[in-house]
Amino acid sequence: MSNLQYKVVVGLEIHVHLCTKTKMFCACALEYGAIPNSRVCPVCLGMPGVLPVMNKQALEYAVLAALALNCKVAEFTKWDRKSYYYPDLPKNYQISQYDLPLGAQGFIEIPVENGQSKKIRIQRVHLEEDAGKNLHTAGFSQVDLNRAGAPLLEIVTEPDMNISAEVRALAVELQRMVRYLGVSEADMQKGHMRFEPNINLVVTKDGSEHKTPIAEVKNLNSFRALERSVDYEIRRQLDDFQQSGEVMQMGNKSTRGWDDANEVTVLQREKEEAHDYRYFPEPDLVPVEVKGQWLEDIRGRLCELPLKKQMRYVEQYKLSDYDAGVLTAERSTAEFFEQVVKEGGEPKRVCNLLTQLGLKLANERGCGVAELGVTPKNLAQLAQMVEAGETSAGASTSIFEEMVKTGKEPQVLAQELNLIQKSDVGELEAIVEQVFKENPKAVEDVKSGGKKSKKARSFLLGQVMQKTKGRANPKVVSKILSEKLS
Amino acid sequence: MAKRIDEALVRKVAKLARLELADSEIEEFTAQLSAILDYMEKMNELDTADVEPLAHCLPISNILRDDGIKASLGTEKTLANAPQRDGEFFKVPKILDEI
Amino acid sequence: MSCKELRDGIAAKEIKSVAATEAVFSAIDKYEPMVGAYISTFKEQALAKAKEVDGKIAAGEAVGELAGVPVAIKDNLCTTFGTTTCASKILENFHSPYNATVIEKLLAADAVIVGKTNMDEFAMGSSTENSGLKQTVNPWDTSRVPGGSSGGSAAAVAGRLCFAALGSDTGGSIRQPASLCGVVGLKPTYGRISRYGLVAYGSSLDQIGPVTRTVSDCALMMNVIAGHDEKDSTSVSESIAPVCNYLEKLDEPISGLKIGVVPEFVAGGEADVQKATAEAIEVYKKLGAEIVEIEMPHFDYAISAYYVIATAEASSNLARYDGVHYGHRTERPADYIEVYSKSRAEGFGKEVKRRIMLGTYALSSGYYDAYYLKALKVRNLIRGDFTRAFEKCEAILMPVSPTTAFRLGEKIDDPLQMYLSDVYTIAANLAGIPGISIPCGFDESGLPIGLQILAPAFAEEKLLRIARMFEMQTDWHQKKPAMPK
Repeated sequence: MSNLQYKVVVGLEIHVHLCTKTKMFCACALEYGAIPNSRVCPVCLGMPGVLPVMNKQALEYAVLAALALNCKVAEFTKWDRKSYYYPDLPKNYQISQYDLPLGAQGFIEIPVENGQSKKIRIQRVHLEEDAGKNLHTAGFSQVDLNRAGAPLLEIVTEPDMNISAEVRALAVELQRMVRYLGVSEADMQKGHMRFEPNINLVVTKDGSEHKTPIAEVKNLNSFRALERSVDYEIRRQLDDFQQSGEVMQMGNKSTRGWDDANEVTVLQREKEEAHDYRYFPEPDLVPVEVKGQWLEDIRGRLCELPLKKQMRYVEQYKLSDYDAGVLTAERSTAEFFEQVVKEGGEPKRVCNLLTQLGLKLANERGCGVAELGVTPKNLAQLAQMVEAGETSAGASTSIFEEMVKTGKEPQVLAQELNLIQKSDVGELEAIVEQVFKENPKAVEDVKSGGKKSKKARSFLLGQVMQKTKGRANPKVVSKILSEKLS
Repeated sequence: MAKRIDEALVRKVAKLARLELADSEIEEFTAQLSAILDYMEKMNELDTADVEPLAHCLPISNILRDDGIKASLGTEKTLANAPQRDGEFFKVPKILDEI
Repeated sequence: MSCKELRDGIAAKEIKSVAATEAVFSAIDKYEPMVGAYISTFKEQALAKAKEVDGKIAAGEAVGELAGVPVAIKDNLCTTFGTTTCASKILENFHSPYNATVIEKLLAADAVIVGKTNMDEFAMGSSTENSGLKQTVNPWDTSRVPGGSSGGSAAAVAGRLCFAALGSDTGGSIRQPASLCGVVGLKPTYGRISRYGLVAYGSSLDQIGPVTRTVSDCALMMNVIAGHDEKDSTSVSESIAPVCNYLEKLDEPISGLKIGVVPEFVAGGEADVQKATAEAIEVYKKLGAEIVEIEMPHFDYAISAYYVIATAEASSNLARYDGVHYGHRTERPADYIEVYSKSRAEGFGKEVKRRIMLGTYALSSGYYDAYYLKALKVRNLIRGDFTRAFEKCEAILMPVSPTTAFRLGEKIDDPLQMYLSDVYTIAANLAGIPGISIPCGFDESGLPIGLQILAPAFAEEKLLRIARMFEMQTDWHQKKPAMPK
């Protein structure tokens, strides 16, 4: 494409909807899909004379997230008004946090290739209220204020990402994290997370470095759009630079939207005074001091974070990175897995049971694996049965399925379904001898060690399996065969 | 140090405040606001380098409420004062530039 | 008859609320065309309430502390009945879906609500001449202003068009009109009374307060409206500043009272004002109070700081009036931006526009430090002045207004001059402390003069007693304007 060398620099701003029951500053219910303007009260409607009152739960969720992001939590924090005019912002100012955010100077680890991780620094974390929604018809626009006042967590990273895959990984990791913490459902379909990447390039031309102007892409609500818009921007900025040589200067940061249909970013209309937000301290709200016992109580609600857990599974249980990722995608799955392991299930076996069948069954029923009705003890037992050869791996899935349906114990079900694997050496030796008697030619072929020996061996094994109606433990049979035929 | 306000600045501020002012108003306001701002220069007689800004007179912090749901107004009441509505929505002229 | 006397009379079945209410509406019929105190009245509703109260009392049922007393409400307090206009065209037809907390309290106290009173638009002004809807005159001299911004409330109380009223005070808007109309007006400590439902002007300065004929009435009103409200994060909780019964010890004078005066202030203002202030000091001296000289070195800067802070907050508080969700919308906007700019241009009066402009400028990028931040620091210095002063005295005495009621139209063309007349009242709002205006004399033309007493934060009980001490020695509060036929 070009003979220029360049480095990509991306910072990300993420807005996350907190899963409180009520809005940030009033007691209206947060309900996705409610009739338009039915979840609005004088406060979030911005009527004359109303006043905001802080939602404690939202604050605690935000502090928890800040702690999980390794931020310094501000001992003293306050609210500010951010002024701009827009129909979905009833007061024409947003209550947000400006100079004293709730959390600052943290970091998050994201997974990169080869099971490694990379640290992305978090510049700040703060709370604010969301605006409503504007919808556009042919001739006019409509405003629905149901969402106005919903609590939003804003997270701003440092520009530490260098490829679109990292940006995506960060977004995915953040989604996983906030779900783990229980502070957000982070359901992309419901618009619970919005992304705004800031992208520019550092181009090396003729030995000197040139920074291209920063472009901010507004309001992305899928990982796909995020990744693609970053990739598009890289190409566009490179092209632009080659053509115009324009470099980053005060005031030439551009704001762009993402056109998903055409997969391009589009420059948005310049609004000269758009960025004079005239921040000043919110006089209707008193400051917040998060410290002492209160802070410790919140800190006590931290859990092992998903990436750490995932990497621990790889190291401790020797699971593949992929499998560890599947198990840790949701906290409830991971915790269930850990409970089963605690009950004595061999980690790899348990992993297989869950990843190959458990999650599928849970998905079908629209629940988590913990709600399948299978106790960790029982699942551990099933895993142990497979490990001990009492039942085959293949049979175990059938047993698992029945466990879900009936809630019965695996031993019982294995009996009922006739899936107990025969592993008794004595019993199997006898059958092997019988098979040898009935098939002398095959025995010869194996003993001769020639071309036919492998096939003959399989044949003999197959005969044993037939005689035991598939219930012989193939490993044990194979061992017996090896001993007798060598 | 603040610079004295001139007509261009008055127009800019009017735009920020979403106030459409007639030319005569711009002229009048420029003169009046200049006089008022001149008076406010008085504050610069005071050395406030070591003074904390006082945004709140109250010795209180951490006023919080529980996350309990209370009844909303309902769509009809919410839209009762709306100058223009379209069914269950507030209606405005088409917004062309989505932020 | 004072509000308290009426309340007691009704409770004792000596007077019927219906009779009192009918008398009020009779007076309104007769004098309102001239005074213009009310933007809206609720005759039917008021009489119905009066009847209900009389019925309950006759049946021996329990009723509230203000049962049957006709009161007026400044039209920047939200009510579900009638309109809440803030004397602005932009809210001319606004029907609030909720009641302000103080309204709920009045209703729970079984007060009879007469109507919503006129004011300077959005409480911005010192004469009520900035009302976008009508003119109110001073009942003492109808060619003069009633003061502002609670001019309607003060005129209604003075003109006996109600027994008591509620006003709001951001830079003197209760105290100054009370002074100009010869009635009592109290601005409580910031945080003493819930602001929920008070249409915001300067959020860190606004307080609701009573406008009454006597100090006792003021105490009675305070009993009804004071107290913490969970809907207002800036209202103070019981644990920090408990509400007391302001009537209980009201008539008990304070012995060994130390009153602070700033010599330049008591010597400030017009000759008649100076004279009345000096005489008031003598009254206190005779009562055994010690007059202590105090300093308020940063007082001079209060007006500058106030007009930056108040207008900055106002510019933000009034941003919501945009023609989208409620209020006036322009007829033919070319686009959605014109919905804002034209609706606001059409709906707001000049003074409101001026203050929005000033506030927007003070907060805009490049000017924030020089104006807003600076003003907040000056505010701190002024609060410091009061803190130091209150170490030497229990209350501070000074005039309310440098002049008595000025003529309609006299100051309206010079906004700065109008602002400068707030010199004595503004500092109390910046510091958040309570202040009361009580009648203390008349000038040569027979126009009322008010005396201002300031006290430390949450010392309303003492403040009212100190005011009552003066009232018991004088009869200024018993004078009423000779209403023309």
